[in-house]
Amino acid sequence: MGFVDFEGRRYERRDGESVLDALLRCGVEVSHSCKAGSCGACMMRATGGAVPEKAQAGLKDTWKARGYFLSCACTPDGDLAVATAEADTQTPARVVDLELVSGDVMRVRLRCEGEFDFRAGQYLTLRTAAGVARSYSIASLPEDGVVELHVRLLAGGRMSEWLRSEARAGDGVAVQGPAGDCFYLPGDVEQPLLLAGTGTGLAPLYGIVRDALRSGHRGPVRLFHGALRVEGLYLREELRRLAALHENFEYVAAVLAGEGPDVEVGEMDGVILRRIPDLKGWRGYVCGDPPLVQKLKKKLFLSGMAMRDIHADAFLPPAA
Amino acid sequence: MSTLFEQLGGAAAVEAAVDSFYRKVLVDDRVSHFFDGVDMDRQRDKQKAFLTMAFGGPHNYTGKDMRVGHAHLVARGLNDSHVDAIIELLGATLRELGVSEDLIGQVAAIAESTRNDVLGR
Repeated sequence: MGFVDFEGRRYERRDGESVLDALLRCGVEVSHSCKAGSCGACMMRATGGAVPEKAQAGLKDTWKARGYFLSCACTPDGDLAVATAEADTQTPARVVDLELVSGDVMRVRLRCEGEFDFRAGQYLTLRTAAGVARSYSIASLPEDGVVELHVRLLAGGRMSEWLRSEARAGDGVAVQGPAGDCFYLPGDVEQPLLLAGTGTGLAPLYGIVRDALRSGHRGPVRLFHGALRVEGLYLREELRRLAALHENFEYVAAVLAGEGPDVEVGEMDGVILRRIPDLKGWRGYVCGDPPLVQKLKKKLFLSGMAMRDIHADAFLPPAA
Repeated sequence: MSTLFEQLGGAAAVEAAVDSFYRKVLVDDRVSHFFDGVDMDRQRDKQKAFLTMAFGGPHNYTGKDMRVGHAHLVARGLNDSHVDAIIELLGATLRELGVSEDLIGQVAAIAESTRNDVLGR
């Protein structure tokens, strides 16, 4: 047992309990989402006591030095005094526009009102004025001037409800981050690239594809986007246009059920391996739901892709 | 006289072998089920540590680590036949890389020396 000091009060932390869980159990409101040390929504700052290294994994060095840590991943040995993450870790932004691009995917574009450096494919935490925080991958490039996110609207989801019924162009929000290492690395411009994802897994992949093509990638670039049904596919026109502009880029859409023009039917791994049976020498990017990411990583690896060439981003759902 | 680790090619040999060894393990019906649902990046790191040890390289493994690290697998039925399979796959990996039978035998002997700890005996 230990104690967490927060805003002038002392809270009991049980053995093995994270700082976040202890505060939530005591009725303190702390914004959080994945509860797996990934999304960054629960970031806090330690003002006294020792933070375990694990609770700072993946944070910027400058933030680590100032005591920032992820409260869901923090189970300290002793007592800890903590404060909420201050505004200086967040960049204010405004909603530029909101567009429903498929049955349940909303394209959200933001304009940052302050410095926000990112690579296409990384993810950020979006915070509403009411304090709801969720993390999303970035689909745009820095030079686009806007930050584009693809949000899957979930029934009853707090961010989803806000976007669906309340949010308007011009609304003030904040972004925090970015984080993640699933992005395009220049270097070997001849290496063939395979990008595969389902649902809003397309967001980081769309950013990475555009980043690669803009950087003058010369090897083949193959993007596979999957959905349950044709209605779940989106950005089809943009991707077809991109394919028409770049000889080395190919876009393949795949669905599990139904049919449509230019749409393959079948499991994602089967669709990929039918077209590219031997992946030796390829670099891969895999994004989307964790089970799909896990399965694809294994299939790509077994088909010859080297582990160090597989970049994956599994989208963790908000924890209950 | 250079060490076994040096004769095999050191850390570069481990790097050259690990993906191939891991692929064999994942597709071998005798042992693949033990690897379902594990984090592949972390598993690859563990395989590298294992190969480094089996190649006679620097490592921090103790018998106790081996016992603790495999206890949950022993509970799921890990037995001698699975250790046999792993040593066989290790040999096949090295053979593909052109390693001599003499050196393969030495690697197998090191892997063999962990058998009782791995199986918690």
